[in-house]
Amino acid sequence: MLERKRLSGWWYDRRLRGWLAQAALVAAIAVACAYVAGNTVENLQRQGIASGFAFFSSEAGFGILQSLIDYDETATYGRAFLVGLLNTLLVAGVGIVLATLIGFVMGVARLSSNWLVARLAALYIEAVRNVPLLLQLFFWYFGVLRALPSPRDSVNLFDAVFLNIRGLYLPSVLAEPGFEWLVAAVAAGFGVAATVAWWARRRRLRTGKPFPSLRVALSGVIGLPLLAAWITGFPLRFEYPELSGFNFVGGLVLVPEFVALVLALSIYTGAFIAEIARAGILSVSRGQTEAALALGLSPRLTLRLVVIPQALRVIIPPLTSQYLNLTKNSSLAAAIAYPELVSVFAGTVLNQTGQAIEVIAITMAVYLTISLLIAGFMNFYNRRMALVER
Amino acid sequence: MKLCGFHQAIALACLFSFSLPVHSGVTLDAVRAKGFIQCGVNQGLPGFSNPDDAGQWSGLDVDFCRALAAALFGDSEKVKFTPLSAKGRLTALQSGEIDVLSRNTTWTLTRDTALGLHFAGVIYYDGQGFMVRRDLGVESARDLNGASVCVHTGTTSELNLADYFRANGMKYTPVVFEKADESVAAYDSGRCDVLTTDQSQLYGQRLKLKDLEVHKVLPEVISKEPLGPVVRQGDDEWFNVVKWTLFAMINAEELGVTSANAAGLRASATDPNVRRLLGVEGDKGRDLGLSNDWALDIVRMVGNYGEVFERNLGAQTPLKIERGLNQLWNRGGIMYAPPIR
Amino acid sequence: MEAFATRGSAPPASRVTPLEWLRANLFSSPANTLLTLASAYVLYLAMPPLVSWSLIHADWAGTTREDCTGGGACWVFVRARFDQFMYGFYPHEERWRVDLAFGLLALLAALVLVRRFPFRKWSAVVLIVAYPPTAYLLFVGGALGLPHVETARWGGLSLTLVIAGVGMAASFPLGVLLALGRRSALPAVRLASVVFIEFWRGVPLITVLFMASVMLPLFLPEGVTLDKLLRALIGVALFQSAYMAEVVRGGLQAVPKGQVEAAAALGLGYWKTMGLVVLPQALRHVIPGIVNTFIALFKDTTLVLIIGLFDLLGIVQAAITDPKWLGMSVEGYMFAGLGFWIFCFAMSRYSQYIERRLAVDRPRR
Repeated sequence: MLERKRLSGWWYDRRLRGWLAQAALVAAIAVACAYVAGNTVENLQRQGIASGFAFFSSEAGFGILQSLIDYDETATYGRAFLVGLLNTLLVAGVGIVLATLIGFVMGVARLSSNWLVARLAALYIEAVRNVPLLLQLFFWYFGVLRALPSPRDSVNLFDAVFLNIRGLYLPSVLAEPGFEWLVAAVAAGFGVAATVAWWARRRRLRTGKPFPSLRVALSGVIGLPLLAAWITGFPLRFEYPELSGFNFVGGLVLVPEFVALVLALSIYTGAFIAEIARAGILSVSRGQTEAALALGLSPRLTLRLVVIPQALRVIIPPLTSQYLNLTKNSSLAAAIAYPELVSVFAGTVLNQTGQAIEVIAITMAVYLTISLLIAGFMNFYNRRMALVER
Repeated sequence: MKLCGFHQAIALACLFSFSLPVHSGVTLDAVRAKGFIQCGVNQGLPGFSNPDDAGQWSGLDVDFCRALAAALFGDSEKVKFTPLSAKGRLTALQSGEIDVLSRNTTWTLTRDTALGLHFAGVIYYDGQGFMVRRDLGVESARDLNGASVCVHTGTTSELNLADYFRANGMKYTPVVFEKADESVAAYDSGRCDVLTTDQSQLYGQRLKLKDLEVHKVLPEVISKEPLGPVVRQGDDEWFNVVKWTLFAMINAEELGVTSANAAGLRASATDPNVRRLLGVEGDKGRDLGLSNDWALDIVRMVGNYGEVFERNLGAQTPLKIERGLNQLWNRGGIMYAPPIR
Repeated sequence: MEAFATRGSAPPASRVTPLEWLRANLFSSPANTLLTLASAYVLYLAMPPLVSWSLIHADWAGTTREDCTGGGACWVFVRARFDQFMYGFYPHEERWRVDLAFGLLALLAALVLVRRFPFRKWSAVVLIVAYPPTAYLLFVGGALGLPHVETARWGGLSLTLVIAGVGMAASFPLGVLLALGRRSALPAVRLASVVFIEFWRGVPLITVLFMASVMLPLFLPEGVTLDKLLRALIGVALFQSAYMAEVVRGGLQAVPKGQVEAAAALGLGYWKTMGLVVLPQALRHVIPGIVNTFIALFKDTTLVLIIGLFDLLGIVQAAITDPKWLGMSVEGYMFAGLGFWIFCFAMSRYSQYIERRLAVDRPRR
């Protein structure tokens, strides 16, 4: 009789070892956390540092350069946090839009048949990608924007737009009575555009007839507000910036810190997006274009219906990760004087209250939330767009 | 994997070799064991703490740390300087990275309480002021409505600025920088109309401007900024040593003891105050945990308060700051030290 | 027989004359012509002033600001402070130690990377085992007769290389462990790895540096103080390990499942499988990815200037604010930019070369 030799003993049971390893890991993590937490509590008590989140309702006492919501020195630290957060979102939003534009233009330029344009785009991409973002930010802020003239000698465009070292001053739009109708008309225009697009797509899928939905959408989005404005008698007033005393008052001002940050972020991220766009376009095999042309599609339709959808599948994942990088890189505003979340909250508020742990933990939590949201969206998009394969 | 484990062990060994062995809670013992004082100073403020090209530090705050070293070790060179930004200065002290912070820091309630620190006296009575360009034609801070103001983050200046403008019903645009140098450069390039910080700093940073004559300091002093050395709470002996080093320097000037005559006075003085100061009578040094020559060493190696002030901020220096409030109490100022007895 | 002469003739040479090339590449259509003219105009606006400022009217010789009389760039500033840009505040007489440390690194790296050298494996072992303690000793000193140089005096390009190098070296083993953990079958290990990776990837490096420099002292027992540079290194290493984990994970996914199955059939346990079969194959695939993360880390080291360390950018900034050299900001930033650009461009070219070589090397299946 053949005797089967069995490895006996509980140590050789793979499942048991797996559980033991996990238990050991969990225990080690728990011990480390307890050690750290214990030390922290003891250190905080010993140094007499306050803790807790009560500081959110204390008075801030400092001013902020740029704020999207009302803020003055009597506001609370909580409001200062909100101001910083909104500034971060603003910089991230504007930066993402600009970076995408610059990136796609440069990516397409890099693939151009025009030798000079292709080389210039390659030069831009290679030059910008290999220099640190902080250095580029310093270059724009301390090098370029500091060289602008003083307010008295501003660059003057039609007496409405002024450019000087304190910022770019634009006329702002003030609401008169009846402005709500304009806003409603814009919203209605978007609604009409979306409905028309949805209906036109269904009709095309069912019957194959095309519909100029883009033109209709544009006319809705632009025409309806114009119509509303005409009916209500143009309820808009422009407020022009004027030099009074030290600086310009009135109008809308883009401070050089904001401009430098957005410029540096867009140009830097745009170079990476250009490479992503180029890789995406190159990933669509030439056979697709040839087949589409053979079927009689015009080059524009080929691009719109065949090439770009397939290129987007390759482009979107790394593109969202670049958007995430841009949002995280906006924290570099701490190095120039722009008041976004890190420099206002993890900077000034941290200094004034001394509560390092709460402040930094909240800042990290905010960025973590943003990045998890974007990662979640990317997973959702990937699942929807995944090629259905056997 | 074996290599990685070895590599990790090396890294761990390096980690622990970096930590300074410190006896828990008793800074004085730790400093004695180390053999030098770790002193936190400004990264570069002419007159207070400024490194020259060769890395030698000089200034009022620097000289105070040297006086501390002289009191503790009898050698004013037994001190190492850690340059700190306004932002990191208090956390560096709280965490134990430095033993004493001598970095033009204002004494406030919050710093005494919520931040867990002790101020060991006032070494310089200062106030916040404004600097503008002469060609703006501004004579007083009340005319600054609508101005953009460059200020340094993490300082009381930011808060005082907000309070002053609010109290006077004026508006302003704050441009807040991480480093003092950046706020000065921004003001110099015209990014803002006004530079605001402690007056002593205005005089010091003014030296970094392109053209001194183009700027002027407005007369208003909008806040009280008593600057002094800071230590952590929880070590009373160290606190006493730091406190009485400062008072010894002030008392020395009051009693006419200078670096030149200190040694001679030790032998020949008849005034009981001088004799107590220089350790001829009484055991004041021992009471502090130091040698009885502590004050003699301070004055001999570094100088009394007046000498230190003149050397760093006086008429012979580019700063040319008047004694003003920092003159002795019996000569028109408010520098007043408790007696050594 | 003449008709079947087999003496081959060379193919016709390319008959593209310069004019034809211009026509095909630059002026092939009205739109292209317009683009070419516009780009040429932009170049015309930008290049001559740049060249004239930075090269023709620039001042190269001298020692003080007064020697800058040409009206162009003042490279005297860069030359005068060059040592400081390279070594920071490292004592003058000890600079040979820094040179020796980096020289050894370059030598060992060349021995490992250049394919034709023999003893590549031994060089790799020496590099990983013996070099770190030697470099540490050379930099810090305090033993074997080398005077101690405190980390507050390190700065400039050497500090940038130290931070990037140590960050990379420390994050590599941790990243590999995390990547293996993320693919593990054990749920607790996988959860811990995922949480760790997503946390460090989701926060900006600046907050990590703030956390390391401000909060780390609070996490340690009373009396233990960490050097400021060490805190920054810990933060950088933890941050980088998450990105490294993702890169290695991509490599692990590229190893065919058959390899693991074959190793199991041979009776190899988990760690032996990973160490002897999977990781060598996986890591070969991810070398370009690792070089790319190194480039990103190299650029990110500039952030340490915000917590008060003087890397290349930090020391250039400090030099610019020196009252003796006012107004040199553009020269300073251009020098720093050039320095970073040279390193990063060289590394990215190397990474592309490795990628091409790997694509050729991989045997067809």
